[in-house]
This record gives sequence, C-alpha cells and structure tokens, in this order.
Amino acid sequence: MRNKKNVTKPNRRGIRAGWLFLVPSLAGEIIFVLLPFLDVVKRSFTTAVTGQFSGFFNYKLVFQNEAFRLAAGNTLRFTAVCLPLLIIGSLLLAVMLSRQKYVRLLKSCFLFPMAVPAAAVALVWKMLFARAGLLSSALLSLGMQPVDWMNTGMAFWVLVVSYLWKNTGYTIILWLAGIMSIPDTLLEAARADGAGEWKCFTKIMLPNLKPMLYTITVLSFLNSFKVFREAYLVAGGYPDGSMYLLQHLFNNWFTNMEFDKMAAAAVVIAGILYLAVTLLQKLWEQEEAA
Amino acid sequence: MRRKILSLLFFAMAFVICLPVLMTVLGAFMSDYELNRNLSPVLAGGNHMAHWQLLPLYPTLSHYLDMLLCSPEYLMVFWNSAKIVCCILAGQLLVGVPAAWAFAGYRSKGSRRLFRLYVVLMLMPFQVTMLSSYLVLDGLQVLNTHASVILPAVFSTFPVFLIYRSFCTIPQGMLEAARIDGAGELRIFLHIGLPLGSTGVLSAMVLGFLEYWSMIEQPMAFLKDPALMPLSLYLPEVRPGQIGNAFAAAVIALVPAALVFMIGQDYLEQGIIAAAMKE
Repeated sequence: MRNKKNVTKPNRRGIRAGWLFLVPSLAGEIIFVLLPFLDVVKRSFTTAVTGQFSGFFNYKLVFQNEAFRLAAGNTLRFTAVCLPLLIIGSLLLAVMLSRQKYVRLLKSCFLFPMAVPAAAVALVWKMLFARAGLLSSALLSLGMQPVDWMNTGMAFWVLVVSYLWKNTGYTIILWLAGIMSIPDTLLEAARADGAGEWKCFTKIMLPNLKPMLYTITVLSFLNSFKVFREAYLVAGGYPDGSMYLLQHLFNNWFTNMEFDKMAAAAVVIAGILYLAVTLLQKLWEQEEAA
Repeated sequence: MRRKILSLLFFAMAFVICLPVLMTVLGAFMSDYELNRNLSPVLAGGNHMAHWQLLPLYPTLSHYLDMLLCSPEYLMVFWNSAKIVCCILAGQLLVGVPAAWAFAGYRSKGSRRLFRLYVVLMLMPFQVTMLSSYLVLDGLQVLNTHASVILPAVFSTFPVFLIYRSFCTIPQGMLEAARIDGAGELRIFLHIGLPLGSTGVLSAMVLGFLEYWSMIEQPMAFLKDPALMPLSLYLPEVRPGQIGNAFAAAVIALVPAALVFMIGQDYLEQGIIAAAMKE
C-alpha cells in the first residue's frame, strides 16, 4: 500500500481479502503457465529421450534447422510488410473516416471481418485464390495471365491481404479513438490561423496520436500470429514455402513430437518478444518524458 | 463534391470488405447444380475458369435444411463449440473478474509486479505456450477432452487486463465510503465493483466469444477425436456436386459470431479501445 496516488487504504483485513480475490487466478497461472514453462526451459537444455543435460545443443539444432530459418525469415518478412501497411493505412483511413457522415455504419463494415471465423471464409478464399479461381478468372478477362495464387510466391501476399482484411477495422477503431480524444478547439484554432489540412494532420494530429502508436504496434503484432488460422484452413499444414510461418513449424514439430526443438524455440521466441516489448516500452516512456 | 466522392469510395471499400461474407451467405442459397457449374474448375481442374454471379438464379434452402436437420455429426460439432465457449467464458468470469478486482482495488508493490507478469503472459502467442500447456494437460490426463481446450483459456490473462482497466475508473472514495459504512470486502466487490465495472466485463466477454468461437490452434493441438472438434475446425469435405452444404456450414458457423458482433458492437469497440489506451 505504498502507492501515493491511493488515498484510501483498506485495512489489514481488506488487504487479505484482496489477495483472496487473486488466489484462484494466480493458482491457475502458476499451474497452467509458469511451472510448465519452467519445465520447458529445463527441457530446452536436455535431450528429448534420455533427459540428460545437453547444454545449448537444442538451440544449435534449432538455429541450424532449415525449416526454422525459412519460417523465422517468413515471419519476419510478414511482420515487416504487414505492420507498416496496416498501421499507416488504417491511420489514413481513420483520419478520413473521422469526418464522414456515416462513421458508425462504415466502422461496422470495416470491423466485421474480425468477427468472421476462419472456417466461414476458408471456402471463399479457396474459390478466389485457386489457379482456376475467381481472381485468376478476372485477370484472364482483363487480358492477363492467370496466377496460381496458393502454390507460388503469391501465397505470401494472399496471407498479407488476409491479415489486412481481418485487422484494418480493429486498428481503425483504435486510431479513431485517438483522433476523437484530440480537443476540437486545437484543430479549429489551427484552421482559423490558416493551417491547411495537411498541416493540421502533421503538426497537430500526428504528435497527439504518437502515444497510441506503441500499443497499436504491439497489438497488431500479436494479432499477426492469428493469421495462421486462415492460412491453415486454406492451405493446410505444409503450404507453399513463401507462407510457411513459425506457427506452421511449431504445429508440425508438435505433431512429430519434436519437443526438444520446440522447447528451445519457445524459449527463444518468448525471450525475443519480451525484449522487443520492453524495448518498445522504454522508447515510449522516454518519448513521454521528453 | 470531394466529400461525396470520398464517401462513395468508402462505401465501395466497405462493400469489398464484406464481399467474401456476402458471397458465402448467398452461395449457400445456390443449388448444387449452379454451384457446380460455377466452381467445378476450382474443384476438378480442367481448362475452364471459375465464375460467379452474386445472386443465386434458383435459390434454395435445401443446404441449410440438410445441415441443420439431416447431419447429426454437424450438429454435434456445433454444440461442442457452444459448450467450449460457454465454459471458457464462465470460467473467465469466475476467475478473471475477482483477479482484476484484486489488481485494481488492492494495490501494493507485490501486486503491481504480478500485474506486470500478467501483461507479459498476455502478450505471449499460443505457439510459445503450446508445449508447456501440453505438458501440464498431459500431466492432468485431460488431453483429448474438452477440458484440455477450456482450462488453459480460462486462465488467459487478457480478460483480467481488460476488466482491470474498467475497475480502475471507479473512484476510490466510493469504496472508502462503503468501508466506513461497514460494508465487507465481498459486498463492496459485488455491489459496487461489479455494477460499475460491468462495461469492462461485457467487453471481455464479447471479445472472448469472438476469439474462442473461431479458435483453431488449441483444439487442433489438444483434441484428437473428431467427435470432440469445435465448429471452427470443421470443414466439410467439398466434393463436386455437394458444394452447397459446405457453404451452409460456413454460414451456420458465422451466425452466432455475427449476432454477438451486432449486439455487442459497442462493448467490442470499448474493449478494443480500453486494451490500447494508456492508464
């Protein structure tokens, strides 16, 4: 109870009650997440069958693994392409949307894909992206060559489109919330002083929206892992090499019971994620303090 | 004028975004003959190209009736999904809401550290926790039962985080006043916390429903028996001549999620925003 902001202090009985509220959840985390994760860390340093200590052997195995390199590379590439596209694209859309008459209706349409289960669109995805499918058919009627979307490098871009389709609405909602929280008077004053739309955007909106950028980046990144759902239902466990992601790899390792590699890779990825998020947060807080 | 063109562009974009869903819904009304004529190049190969017209020429309800009345295995899968999602959400209510209350109402150094841990756990994708979940579920001998999908999800920390945010908006003075009046801690939670934090709770439930209704990774890893599979993993075999039922199955999988989306859209939006906004 050393929180200075907290004026009121529950008495000792109250504090005990506070912990009681937490106990079921905490017990669950310890049993279902923390202890087993420690076990995974331990396994990452031992051999799969005999359980002998093997040092960093599993890690070496993972980093030398062709499939891991491919999957990690693809996942990085996917993130590097999707995040800027999503974040900047939805920001522009949100700025334009914020001055539209039918914001509510449009927002609903953009957000709707988020509610659509992958199983409900997998069929249409297949129809659209098959070699003789509807998109190829449209290309042909425009005088272009049909494309085998799912079995060439284009598969990667199908994945990108699928991610953008699903997440644009979500990100627009976040940006809109940020835009709405900018006081109207600020923009009006700028306009009265003769600032153009572009100037209003770069000088007033962007600086005010900066605090949102951190959380939007983190959330968009986390949601990017879920693109696996559509990918799996449309292309199965072994899709075209260009869209073979870490998620596929983990799934296949799991099916083949290659737990030693899984353990090492899980520790590596957890570590990288933790570092990335902490680093982002540090940068963000510095920005705030400055 | 410029405004109107922009408006039009936006509606065109919204239409394109909703088009895949529209195609699924309308496709389910097409007769198998029509679907087969349109889509046989996709399924059977050959030199023809697929084509599509938005509205069915000879609309029929037979696929829906087939799936709903004549496919017991499909209905079972539907109820599997319903059961799994309900159990998860109920569990999250029982476990997560009190935890969020504890973090919001009884701050101490220890609890703040724990909360940070919860946030870190929330950020870990399924692939990172897949093996650890498997180990513990194996140890509890619940693999290949619904419990293997339900239990880990009940202890997801995301709802705790979301509900915590809305509990934080309750003025502490109110709780203090209740304490002075002699209300017990449980009473304060039930009569002040819950009603005032209900927005966060509902947001968490709506987001949770959409998330778990379409979950794929967990059941795929932890369930083996096809009879236990949820709807989200059920893709009926698509054979030429029987495409309609696959469309109907897709629509039926969509309907509950779409309903929750429409009814809970405000809570959904608030939930999305609450998760991202700074304290």
